[in-house]
Amino acid sequence: MVRLGTLRAAGLGLAIAASMLIGGCAQRPDGVLVYSARNEQLIKPLFDLYTQETGVPVRFVTDDAGPLIERLGAEGADTTADVLMTVDAGELWYAAERGLLQPVDSPILKANIPEHFRDPGNRWFGLSVRARTIVYSTERVKPEDLSTYEALADPRWKGKVCLRTSKKVYNQSLVAMLISEHGEQQTETIVRGWVNNLATNVFSNDVLLMEAIAAGQCDVGIVNTYYFGRLLRDKPGLPVKLFWPDQQGQGVHVNISGAGVTRYSRHEAAATKLLEWLSAPKAQALFAGENMEYPANPAIKADAAVLAWGDFKHSEKNIAQAGALQADAVRLMDRVGYK
Amino acid sequence: MSSIDVKGHAGSVPTRDLATQRSGRRVRLPVSTVAVVLLCLPALVPLAAIVVAALSPETEIWNHLATYILPEVIRNTLLLTIGVALLAGSIGTTLAWLTAMCEFPGRRFFEWALLLPLAIPAYVLAFVAVGFLDFSGPLQTWIRAATGSSNWFPAIRTGGGAIFVLSLATYPYVYLLARSAFLTQGRRALEAAQSLGLGRGAATWRVALPMARPWIAAGIALICMETLADFGAVSVFNYNTFTTAIYRAWAGMFSVNAALELAGVLMVFVLIVLAVERKSRAVARFSSSRDTSRDAPRMSLQGAARGFAFVGCTIIFLLAFALPFTQLLLWMLKHMGRDLDARYFGFAARSLLLAAAAAIVIVAASVLLAYVLRRKETRFTRLVIRTATMGYAIPGTVLAIGILVPVISLNNVLQGWLRDWLGNSAPTLMLHGTLVTVLAAYLARFLAAGFSPIESGLQRITHNIDEAAIGLGVVGRQLVRRVHLPLLRTSLTTAATLVFVDVMKEMPITLITRPVGWETLATRVFEMTAEGDWERAALPAVAIVLAGLIPVALLTRRSSNVGSSNVA
Repeated sequence: MVRLGTLRAAGLGLAIAASMLIGGCAQRPDGVLVYSARNEQLIKPLFDLYTQETGVPVRFVTDDAGPLIERLGAEGADTTADVLMTVDAGELWYAAERGLLQPVDSPILKANIPEHFRDPGNRWFGLSVRARTIVYSTERVKPEDLSTYEALADPRWKGKVCLRTSKKVYNQSLVAMLISEHGEQQTETIVRGWVNNLATNVFSNDVLLMEAIAAGQCDVGIVNTYYFGRLLRDKPGLPVKLFWPDQQGQGVHVNISGAGVTRYSRHEAAATKLLEWLSAPKAQALFAGENMEYPANPAIKADAAVLAWGDFKHSEKNIAQAGALQADAVRLMDRVGYK
Repeated sequence: MSSIDVKGHAGSVPTRDLATQRSGRRVRLPVSTVAVVLLCLPALVPLAAIVVAALSPETEIWNHLATYILPEVIRNTLLLTIGVALLAGSIGTTLAWLTAMCEFPGRRFFEWALLLPLAIPAYVLAFVAVGFLDFSGPLQTWIRAATGSSNWFPAIRTGGGAIFVLSLATYPYVYLLARSAFLTQGRRALEAAQSLGLGRGAATWRVALPMARPWIAAGIALICMETLADFGAVSVFNYNTFTTAIYRAWAGMFSVNAALELAGVLMVFVLIVLAVERKSRAVARFSSSRDTSRDAPRMSLQGAARGFAFVGCTIIFLLAFALPFTQLLLWMLKHMGRDLDARYFGFAARSLLLAAAAAIVIVAASVLLAYVLRRKETRFTRLVIRTATMGYAIPGTVLAIGILVPVISLNNVLQGWLRDWLGNSAPTLMLHGTLVTVLAAYLARFLAAGFSPIESGLQRITHNIDEAAIGLGVVGRQLVRRVHLPLLRTSLTTAATLVFVDVMKEMPITLITRPVGWETLATRVFEMTAEGDWERAALPAVAIVLAGLIPVALLTRRSSNVGSSNVA
């Protein structure tokens, strides 16, 4: 047993504490610091490439968007973060709403990213597109029987629908966009119809949902296409297929993964350059390709495996709506008991 | 209980002879109070934020929550907590009884192997269980192939499934604590009871179990708090509890305030758990913890009992550890080629460093707090310490933000002063990007895991022991070092293990408070699971389990020599 005097122990403790704090007052390093809700394995290859090409180091902190936005808000004018990146438009909308992002006037970004994939105030920009579409069993469903998201509320699908939890932001965005199209009342009827048609408790993720369709627990569901791609890559020949709904109407519901420059960034120019680079063809192919998503820049084609699922028309309503109506969507889903 | 002891102590021992105590009477009390407040501060700050928010509800959102959310989550949370407390409590106590008091085939193996599930995060176990047992999983698929229908199979994505999995994940808390109680109280007590004419069953129920009650109660309280704070596992089952509602209010409705209000209601549940635990401890009788287990032989189980003991231990070991770990290994092998690289040494090193540092800090803090309660308990210090341990039941993300935001505010104030003083050449402060903040947040979160075992251990060192020692001239620091420390060794190791393993598994606090670029095994799990890539999360999860085995192995070695180390 080592014996330490109280004073000496306290001194040692202070010394350790001080040495830990030193790391905390280092000079702000040059380069760009990104707060990212997009996973490390999806962004690091791009940031590495950017550093290699430009010599500008990119550092990042990953977490869920919620904590990152709270942190950014608390840091205020003293933040060291330059870019906020998320996997959902609603989160970017909320960050912009709280005054945490700044408008970026970049002709390059405007040219590369279609209007409906960016903030009307240019505070954030979509960088990849995620389509949320219908998936069905090729054994029990004829594609002719499918038409729109709304039609899944029809009693003919009673006991045949699988849904993912309404806690997932992708479903909140989908319902928010339905509200923007149909208004709250009609949307409530639609979502109540979905819930009435459920074959089983809602799922915690899209992959389990598709496996349930393949196993025969239900016939149709709604999923993000990259989960479908990932599942089929692992288990080719699974009897499930994608269907593109609403091709005569609005088109397939899409969301974005995107980014904006923080309001108090000290490296606005460098941060803007990074976003511009990410919106250009070379990075776009990688950015979307890493996760089997669609590039936001329409000049770039998606990955060959992704293109094989077929071409489709997507909704061109501004995606900022998904954020503005998200809280309403959540309450609506609470009211109809969509868990 | 201990306040009564303190009085008895003061009356029967000539305190004026103890120079340290007499001179400290005026000075030390405030010092100990200040120390208590400082140590508990990281936990008190976020709790205060919750209370403030709960007292000023936003009516409109609150009405929505009260109508559509609260009835369901209150019912679910109650069911889940009670279910897990009962199931995990009985599994843990029974297994502890078997391995500590009895002899049956495989006992030596199960003794340590039954602790292994501690190293598997509950959310990982949940995911593996759902993957295996759901309609589309291999088991039901096989049943359908063999018999044509699996409709009779109980649905796993339900409250029942959540209770089942959380019980398997948390029973080791009770096992660990109850076992150390059974081991140190000794089989002699049981022998004595039997010699007085009680049958074996009656001796167990009337002597051994009541004597172990403070430990069992502490273990069940920890389990309840874990369950109340759990987000990962209930999400996999999509079972709505307070934590999922908090998350939904925050992420879905963009209302941090509504999230804090819900956390405020959750705290009421925590208070109930703590009150029940207090009550069940208050009537407990304590005996000398002089170890006598070497003297009395283990009960050798015979016939059917022997078989049941073996089969029961085997089933729990398979379900809670062997099967899920095998599944993780299979997934790991599938993706290892792509994901395993030299960086994993860094991830593991940082995880181990954080867990070890947190274990040291939290155990040290717990010892200090427990001694303050033992020697200078006041209503105020007791209240502060009890409140601080509530952090264990607050969802990690809420607690993380509750600590991070005040630290950032402090940082901004200091930064302002620094700028006024040094102008533009002032360095950038990043208090919230330091390990001190990470450790403070862990302290707030895991104080209960360190404090409970140590407090239970200290309660059993009766004041008779102190008096005997003082009579022999062993006083002050000597008393602690030569008498208390050896008697507390099992409690200290238990506390350190619980904290170590908890920190290895911890995700939300580590994610938001870590310095930039600090990746650990747990943050790797987050990276993979955030987009639902559970199979690729197996590699870091297996690494967490393996790293978590180190303290478990140490602990087992310790408790198997518990006889020799515990004789004062």
